[in-house]
Amino acid sequence: MRDYTLFIPEYWAAAAACLIIAIEIARPSLPRPTLAYLTAIAAVIYGGFSLFYIPNDPESFMGLIQVDDFTTFFRVLGAGTVAITAMLSATHMRHRASVLGEYYGLLLVALIGLTFMAAARELLTAYIALEILSFSFYILVGYARRDVFSAEASLKYILLGGFASAVLLYGVSLVYGVSGTTFYDGIAAGLADQGGDMDLAMIAGLMLIIAGVGFKVSAAPFHMWAPDAYQGAPLPITAFLSTASKAAGFALILRLFSASFVEEGESWRWAVAGVAVLTMIVGNLVAIQQTDLKRLVAYSSIGQVGYMLVVIAAIGYGGPEIGEQASSALLLHMVGYVISTLALFTALTAYYDRTGRDSSIRGIRGMAESQPYLALIVTASLFSFAGLPFFAGFATKLFMFQASAEPELLWVIGVAIVASFISLYYYLMVIREMYLFDPEGGLQRFRVQPIMWAMATLLFVGILFVGIYPGPVFELADAAVEPLFQVGADAGS
Amino acid sequence: MTFDEGQGYVLLSTLAVPLVAALVLLLLPGGFKGGIRWVSLITGAILLGTSTYIFVAYQADGDIFQMELRWAWIENVSFLGENGVSLYLGVDGISSLMALLTGIVAFAGTLVSWKVDYRPKDFFILYWVLIAGVYGTFFSLDLFFFFFFYELAVVPLYLLIGVWGSTRKEYGAMKLTMMLVGGSVLMWIGIFAVVAEADLGTFSLPELWQAGEDGVLGENFQKIFFPFFVVGCGVLAALWPFHTWSPDGHMSAPTAVSMVHAGVLMKLGSFGIIRLGIQMMPEGAEFWMPALMVLGTIGAVYGAVGALTQRDFKLVSGYSSVSHMGYVLMGLATLSAIGLTGASLQMFSHGVMTALVFLLIGALYDQAHTRDLKDFGGIAKVMPLWVIAYVIAGLANVGLPGLSGFTAEFHIFVGTFQTYPVFGGLGILAAALAAGYMLRMFSIVFFGPLNPRWQELRDVNPMEAIAGLLLVGSIVVMGVWWSLFTDRLAETVLNLPGVS
Repeated sequence: MRDYTLFIPEYWAAAAACLIIAIEIARPSLPRPTLAYLTAIAAVIYGGFSLFYIPNDPESFMGLIQVDDFTTFFRVLGAGTVAITAMLSATHMRHRASVLGEYYGLLLVALIGLTFMAAARELLTAYIALEILSFSFYILVGYARRDVFSAEASLKYILLGGFASAVLLYGVSLVYGVSGTTFYDGIAAGLADQGGDMDLAMIAGLMLIIAGVGFKVSAAPFHMWAPDAYQGAPLPITAFLSTASKAAGFALILRLFSASFVEEGESWRWAVAGVAVLTMIVGNLVAIQQTDLKRLVAYSSIGQVGYMLVVIAAIGYGGPEIGEQASSALLLHMVGYVISTLALFTALTAYYDRTGRDSSIRGIRGMAESQPYLALIVTASLFSFAGLPFFAGFATKLFMFQASAEPELLWVIGVAIVASFISLYYYLMVIREMYLFDPEGGLQRFRVQPIMWAMATLLFVGILFVGIYPGPVFELADAAVEPLFQVGADAGS
Repeated sequence: MTFDEGQGYVLLSTLAVPLVAALVLLLLPGGFKGGIRWVSLITGAILLGTSTYIFVAYQADGDIFQMELRWAWIENVSFLGENGVSLYLGVDGISSLMALLTGIVAFAGTLVSWKVDYRPKDFFILYWVLIAGVYGTFFSLDLFFFFFFYELAVVPLYLLIGVWGSTRKEYGAMKLTMMLVGGSVLMWIGIFAVVAEADLGTFSLPELWQAGEDGVLGENFQKIFFPFFVVGCGVLAALWPFHTWSPDGHMSAPTAVSMVHAGVLMKLGSFGIIRLGIQMMPEGAEFWMPALMVLGTIGAVYGAVGALTQRDFKLVSGYSSVSHMGYVLMGLATLSAIGLTGASLQMFSHGVMTALVFLLIGALYDQAHTRDLKDFGGIAKVMPLWVIAYVIAGLANVGLPGLSGFTAEFHIFVGTFQTYPVFGGLGILAAALAAGYMLRMFSIVFFGPLNPRWQELRDVNPMEAIAGLLLVGSIVVMGVWWSLFTDRLAETVLNLPGVS
């Protein structure tokens, strides 16, 4: 049975992507920011369409794709991310490339990849979705062709990314070899038939999958590409990379682990806990030494991935019930993280566009004098990352760790809190540059573009809302994860 | 709406007023300095009024917790059950006294900050956020919001000290922030453990206290995790050996921040030990209190000795704060009604007294631009009012009968002698040392020949005089009218678990 109406939002996104490319060809004289605004509008419409989804029955498309609350959650989150990224690109990309149609088109294509990563219930579909997203990123990272760093970043990213995809595929084939299926529930059923003891090949396959997906979300020790890619990519793409790729990666992981592996936690949970600990330590310690703001954010986002992986470990330690609680808290944290990151990059883009400075930390010296409002936004998002109250990170991190607080994981959470304490140090070093010094080079007080100001304000309110009154978002996240573990529980019983 | 619910809204408004003020200031243009100052002054006056009301309206013979107000915030989501997180406000005898202290010090701090001329908008926004955090911590009966406001009170300090401070301000600000947040890391781990162990799906403090008393939080669990809270909160209460941020931080901070910080913020630490330690983990408290007594006594003596050797005004007060917070910790460690009463009184007494001291030091430093004791001499001749106020604060510090310090220390020492006589003796020694450093300072700075360099010093200005008078009044009232305070504390203290 095939229900083609499930993909109306994706039809729209694909059509809009083509349309935007066509518009640029047909009307080359169009003011360049127009394309950005059109993309943002297209993404918003995409988000609007996805709110009217019809939950499909699991047999549609043979169960390859599931459109449910979980998918909708990531559709809306992804659409918001793309819309903001496109708006940020309006001024920033104007002089950095000669053709921009593909740039905006690829943003929408990446959105489709993101959605299918969340919706896939079969490994090959998930793999293809992952590749759609990755290839979009490879190109977007290298889009500023006149910038050697951008080209370097793209090359590094594509080589390492190709390698990671190969690892992932190898893992998939091992899992297929043992269980005889690539469907998530089929894997769970196959594992149940084996009577609890996992085959060594299965464990190996699982580890390779963890490594492959770990690369995509930049978990240590597979994080090496991230700092270079973040640094070289155009600023809006750095924002997109650090939000969309992580959201999509975790969507895939959650769907996969909740359906296939939740009952067999003993065989893999130690590995995820280990990766989580390593990731948060490496990310946060290396971040201290960075002098480039983009690299600093890259390492700090690696640290954030470490915190999120605690939840995946909790699925292994606590089983479906704890897993569901922790996953909903993870989605809440993801929303807070995405909003904070976008707010940070909105402020930075507005600042760098105006001052034309490079992304070194010294470049923002005295921002509190030259543009106090942007300095406030940057401070709010950094404090949100560090988990200080009033800002999203405090509530979301607290709930995420609390929901994951299994007795065996308490030490991991201890490490996580110490790591986020370390992170406060380097965030304060950035804030220090903004507030404790006068601007360099005679930089005068300047005004922000109204559109950037409005976006920054919107995201700032978002940070505060999630931080002070997280209830509504938490309930949405709770509804979103509900379908996940039901599927897993059915197959397991 | 019953009367009690109506009173709950007094707490809510006390909490909301500083936040609203911060928002209003955010919207005012930065150049409109007069408006910014008046908004702050009015905010301070309102807070002084509501805080006084909260203290006066708290009925000594009523329920323990009064003026309760509870709004469901998040419930029935994920691991949270009924009343998972609620904005749950209420005061007992201790927190109503702390509210009064906050009102007095915050208002005094606003008055002396009238002089702040560098980016006053940012200064007052951060200042009011800080004050909101303090009130929130004292009022919260929900662990989530308790920790929320506790952290909120720490966050603005980095910028307040780093931007508006003096003398090695960057070092002091970073050290202070990292140490305080380091303390809350321990608290945070403790909170995870407690909420997970109790497994009630709620952050409501009364329910967690009940769990602690009923043994839902097992004895071993309490013994393991009690130190997390005591050390975590203790950092803020200048628990030796985690006190080192205190002298440096106070030295660097601008006047109003020193006042609020030494006057009120440090009390959040000892208050946290009561709320999260003694109330939530009575068995852990019983087990660990001797250790706290040792550390508190060391702090009291060490701080006094430190103050004896310092040459910087603010360092003397910084170390004397360590010493006085040591008394507070000693009072808590007795786990006796009289000792805890003394600790609560000392929290108030030290708060107003040290706020007064920092106010006066600030007034002097603004003119003299030095705080070295040896630079001064005979300034009683040019600044008589200043010297009188300082002498009152100093004598309260020493524990002269008739001033607040005596009231508090009397209770603490009686409590300590009943439970740990040896440490009571050491505490008295620290009090004697306090007399030493205070009198040394009096003789060097106030009396003797006037250094001609200071001929031009002017006495306190009207703003500072009003603030000073308010603080001096508080010191004297507590010194002579004990029952006003002890009556309100009695029931609360007796009903703390494990207190005899």
